[in-house]
Amino acid sequence: MVGAGLVVIGVGIGIGRVGGSAMEAIGRQPDAYGKIQTAMLIAAALIEGIGFAALFAVS
Amino acid sequence: MPLVLNKFYSIFTLFTVIFFTVNTVQAKDAEASVDLKTEIKEYITHHLQDTYDFSLFSYTNKSGKHIYIGIPLPVILWDEELHVFSSSKLHHGEELVASGNKYYKLDHGKIYRTDASGIISYDESHHAKNIAPLDLSITKGVASMILIAILMFFLFRSLARSYDTNGAVPSGIGRFFEPIVLYIRDDIARPNIGDKKHGKYMSFLLTVFFFIWFLNILGLTPLGVNVTGNIAVTFGLALLTFLITNLTGTKDYWLHIFDPLGSSMKWFAKIPIYIILIPIEVLGIFIKPFSLLIRLYANMQAGHIVLMSLIGLMFIFKSWLGSPLSFGLAFAISIIELLVALLQAYIFTMLSALYFGFAAEEHEHH
Repeated sequence: MVGAGLVVIGVGIGIGRVGGSAMEAIGRQPDAYGKIQTAMLIAAALIEGIGFAALFAVS
Repeated sequence: MPLVLNKFYSIFTLFTVIFFTVNTVQAKDAEASVDLKTEIKEYITHHLQDTYDFSLFSYTNKSGKHIYIGIPLPVILWDEELHVFSSSKLHHGEELVASGNKYYKLDHGKIYRTDASGIISYDESHHAKNIAPLDLSITKGVASMILIAILMFFLFRSLARSYDTNGAVPSGIGRFFEPIVLYIRDDIARPNIGDKKHGKYMSFLLTVFFFIWFLNILGLTPLGVNVTGNIAVTFGLALLTFLITNLTGTKDYWLHIFDPLGSSMKWFAKIPIYIILIPIEVLGIFIKPFSLLIRLYANMQAGHIVLMSLIGLMFIFKSWLGSPLSFGLAFAISIIELLVALLQAYIFTMLSALYFGFAAEEHEHH
């Protein structure tokens, strides 16, 4: 159970950083909104995938 | 403005009244149970599984018999010969079904062959030892998939036809779907696969997007279907992506896997690098669709578990506080789940397009 919590903390930090950086990037370059959003979603999805794999391994 | 507010209040009151009445009725039922928490847990796991019928609700009548309200579906078994009967005969495992000269019984969501007395024996790890026949039943999940497939077939066919009669202007619900179709073509397929080659992948991308999206939304209805949260279904979808990626792979795609350094190095210098690199690249072929299947499955499964647990709060609190709390949280999560339903369909399509893009790549040779 502790491991599951750690996994979620890690994934949360990871996706949070991806989202935050994407926000900053959009703030700097509002024109590239579409491209940044796509890249952000892919990165977030990959982190999430790892997180789910880890959750399955833990439980 | 006051009119709108009035309407809002009346709807709100209606909802509150309904939820309080439902709550009191069900709370009485729950109090009778021995262990509430295990019951809720069983209820959630039961919901996540694929079942043989659409069950809406059940109750116990005065003579102590369980009455199930729902839609039965056909059970098709292959056990030396074909057995077809309605799932209503199974009575959720409470009754024995005689078909031909064999007897079948439902036990923990699976159908087993038994003798005339209907005894199911277990081994030490509590698995049934009876023989399970080959099960080809139209289960809840299969029925929903067929339903969505038929819906999509007629919906998009009529939409495609309406462009002929209407002078290439979308009409009716086509005004809603046209921007989505265009988005998938212009913002998912084109940038990832390339202008020249995206055409042949479009049919798969559109189909898989709408199929996953519609099934996800169907999973939020009270019918209680959990199709995209079934690992077999997501495995099938990811297998299609895997096959299309590798069967349409160009020479450059395979070169990228088995000879990524190309002619920039002498062959004997490449050997020590390739000992590590090629196994990783080959593993990557399988990890890509595997992450697709795990992501969709786990997301939908997690969403259903959270929703069900929040509804279960109502029975754990057993007070007037529980119902609005559970309703509010479940409502909020349902809204998020609506978003997740779209997002997961988008991610699946997006990553499929990305993998197709790898397969379709063609380098300029120097």
